[in-house]
Amino acid sequence: MLIYALKRLRSLVLSLLVASVVIFAVIEVVPGDPAAFMLGINAQEDTIAALREELGLNLSVYQRYFNWVGGLLSGDFGISYTYRSPVAEIVTERLWVSLPLAAYALSLTVLLAFPAGILAASRRGSVTDLSVMGFTQLGVAIPNFWFAMLMVLAFAINLRWFSAGGFPGWDEGFWISMKSLTLPAIALALPQASILARVMRSSLLDTLGEDYVRTCRAKGLSKAQALWRHALRNALIPVLTIIGLQFSFLLAGAIIIENVFFLPGLGRLVFQSISQRDLIVVESVVMLLVFAVILVNFAVDIAYALVDPRLRRGR
Amino acid sequence: MSLLDIQKLSLSIHGTPILDNVSLSLRPGEILGVIGESGSGKSMTAFATMQLLPDGANASGKILLQGQDLLTTSEPELCAIRGKDIGMVFQEPMTALNPLQSIGKQVAETLRIHDRSLSRGEAMRRAANTLERCGLPGDQFPLSRYPFELSGGQRQRVVIAMAIALQPKLLIADEPTTALDVTTQAQILVLLKRLVSEDGMALMMITHDLAVVSGMADRICIMRAGKVIEEGAAGTLITESKHPYTRALFEASSHQPDRIQGAHNVPLLQVRNVVRDYALPRKGLFAKPGRHRAVNDVSFELHHGESLGLVGESGCGKSTLTRAILGLEEVQGGEILLDGEPVFAANQPNHKVRRKMQVVFQDPYGSFNPRHKVARLIAEPFHLLETQPRGAEREALIDEALESVGLTPVDKHKYIHEFSGGQRQRIAIARALIIKPKLIILDEAVSALDVSIRAQILDLLADLSARFGLTYLFISHDLSVVRAITDRVLVMQDGEIVEQGETGAVFDAPAHAFTRTLIAAAPRLPDIPAHIGDTHGA
Repeated sequence: MLIYALKRLRSLVLSLLVASVVIFAVIEVVPGDPAAFMLGINAQEDTIAALREELGLNLSVYQRYFNWVGGLLSGDFGISYTYRSPVAEIVTERLWVSLPLAAYALSLTVLLAFPAGILAASRRGSVTDLSVMGFTQLGVAIPNFWFAMLMVLAFAINLRWFSAGGFPGWDEGFWISMKSLTLPAIALALPQASILARVMRSSLLDTLGEDYVRTCRAKGLSKAQALWRHALRNALIPVLTIIGLQFSFLLAGAIIIENVFFLPGLGRLVFQSISQRDLIVVESVVMLLVFAVILVNFAVDIAYALVDPRLRRGR
Repeated sequence: MSLLDIQKLSLSIHGTPILDNVSLSLRPGEILGVIGESGSGKSMTAFATMQLLPDGANASGKILLQGQDLLTTSEPELCAIRGKDIGMVFQEPMTALNPLQSIGKQVAETLRIHDRSLSRGEAMRRAANTLERCGLPGDQFPLSRYPFELSGGQRQRVVIAMAIALQPKLLIADEPTTALDVTTQAQILVLLKRLVSEDGMALMMITHDLAVVSGMADRICIMRAGKVIEEGAAGTLITESKHPYTRALFEASSHQPDRIQGAHNVPLLQVRNVVRDYALPRKGLFAKPGRHRAVNDVSFELHHGESLGLVGESGCGKSTLTRAILGLEEVQGGEILLDGEPVFAANQPNHKVRRKMQVVFQDPYGSFNPRHKVARLIAEPFHLLETQPRGAEREALIDEALESVGLTPVDKHKYIHEFSGGQRQRIAIARALIIKPKLIILDEAVSALDVSIRAQILDLLADLSARFGLTYLFISHDLSVVRAITDRVLVMQDGEIVEQGETGAVFDAPAHAFTRTLIAAAPRLPDIPAHIGDTHGA
């Protein structure tokens, strides 16, 4: 198990290294002069030169890369050009919205998808199965921003249970903040839960058809016992893969939902930074998201090993 | 008083009739061999008895276990009967165990599911005892072992332990040794016999292999197309049955094709001191990967027109050697020459040589792309040729290949799923023949076939070899087949050839201890008196 974890850790570090080089190359080297780009076409020559100096663009490429990575490692992400404050502060502030939102949405996803998928698989072909399949089809098909607007209409404007948008900040109290994240989390979770329920169902159906499930039945286990004790854990591997992908997506891909609900999250930050050409922020947030994705994949790899003894023993 | 009494059992699945008026009975402590070819309904009879039928199954008749009709028993009651009164062992030990659970837990589950008051520790202790009874002593096979750490035979012992943990009155074994090597098969059969006599269990032994049951069954029941054809005491049924199907079955299992010895003393394939290593996964983060020597210093020659057998257990290096001969993989030492030229040269397979040999694999379905028609499937080897035949020439070659294996040119427009297992293997042979190779490698080519089909394919191979002067390398774990079709035989163990010689001589007087073990382990049919053997003709 330790060797397996170390091996995964090794590939985590390598992935991060490669990602940092690629991101640096794309943003700093390829499109010409970042300073001119950030200031737009009407900028004065001397303003650009001043910004170049400020950004350290006159240094060599290698020096800039190592300065950047060194900064990242010590928590110094640089100063945002538009906000005029340290990127680390801005990002941390946003992360405190995006991270809880992603976790909230993912919990809802799992809470909805597991029972739905298991129920559908255990009653294959029944009305339950057909309705789960029907609803999940809808869930995948409906655009989540549209569904989000419907929820705002119903629960915020008509029923007045929730506010229509915005985020009060964690200082206002845990439950108030969670409440303001509830509608966005549901909107995010709906399509993800639909996908995950379908994966859970088909994966479980596959394992229910395996020989060892028949062996369990021959031992005297009921269908339900065979499902809960044997088939479910075997069905989890593909499900874990999807959960990992979904968490990464929820963290980075909530841009539209954050805009619908006016949430100061990472997605909106990237969106705004790109339109304001604040490359330093974009670069840092992208690197942070890449780090999150790789970290989640590492967690999924470890979860695989916890489920499957064959991986633990390094086979 | 019967323990199990199946009366007029008929079964259909989604409207397709599977069983037709099957009646069987088993007394306590008795061993009943149920024999039949694929599709005979023998496994479905077992699953009906377990009441583990697939969805859409509709059964009528009676299945009485100690007087209780299992067809009318409720599911919760059946759960209490399965595992406790009836245990079952399955064909495929590699997939019959939950890969994520330790063997101890899986055996203990049988005990705990039927006795809720049993503590975890006590269940594990009894599981250890049961595993020990099944030949897996705790000091070598701790309860914490996972299935992937065990061989096929060891896994089958675990499956048996799960089935007999509660000492059921009836044990059903569905082809329990079909997926195993002969020596492992012999050990599992001995184990089953011992358990049956120790616990006084009745055993329903389902198999396609007459020889397997002939040595252990008290009574034998022959099934065909969902019906019981004949039933009787084992000794008399084997030697005295006059039923044409039973006789044909016995004939086919010891079938000897008429072969013309056509070997010339000119070597076609020369294998010289071949070594094949595999890299093993690294043990530590920075440790060097280990190496496994799958083929170790193997040398032999195969002459033009000869049929050479290669026998050995799974993992002995047979398949690795085959891949090396086909030029699919590079060897780490020695050389392989076909017609005097290397099969692997300049880091890639030598196409000039490669077109002189073809291969036929075990699984007649898995080795075909299901979305291509037969014409395209059997024309695949054309890509080995320098100029590929086109148009009418190509069609003519396809027709010729199909006809030479006993099919018709019309068959080229069909898909592979439209053919039976035997026909698929004929198509595989047609694919091998189409570029008129000198050498055909038959890798377990008849192992998955029913005995009667196997006999036909063996006849076809003998006929083709006589007509086209083909040379065969016949790889098999089935000694009776190797004996029937080869001139010489190589015996392989742990990557080395331990014995080689004339097939008859090696089988009659094996020199190496391993060869003796193999031959002793192979199940044999008792000799059938000549006057009865003559009555066949079906």
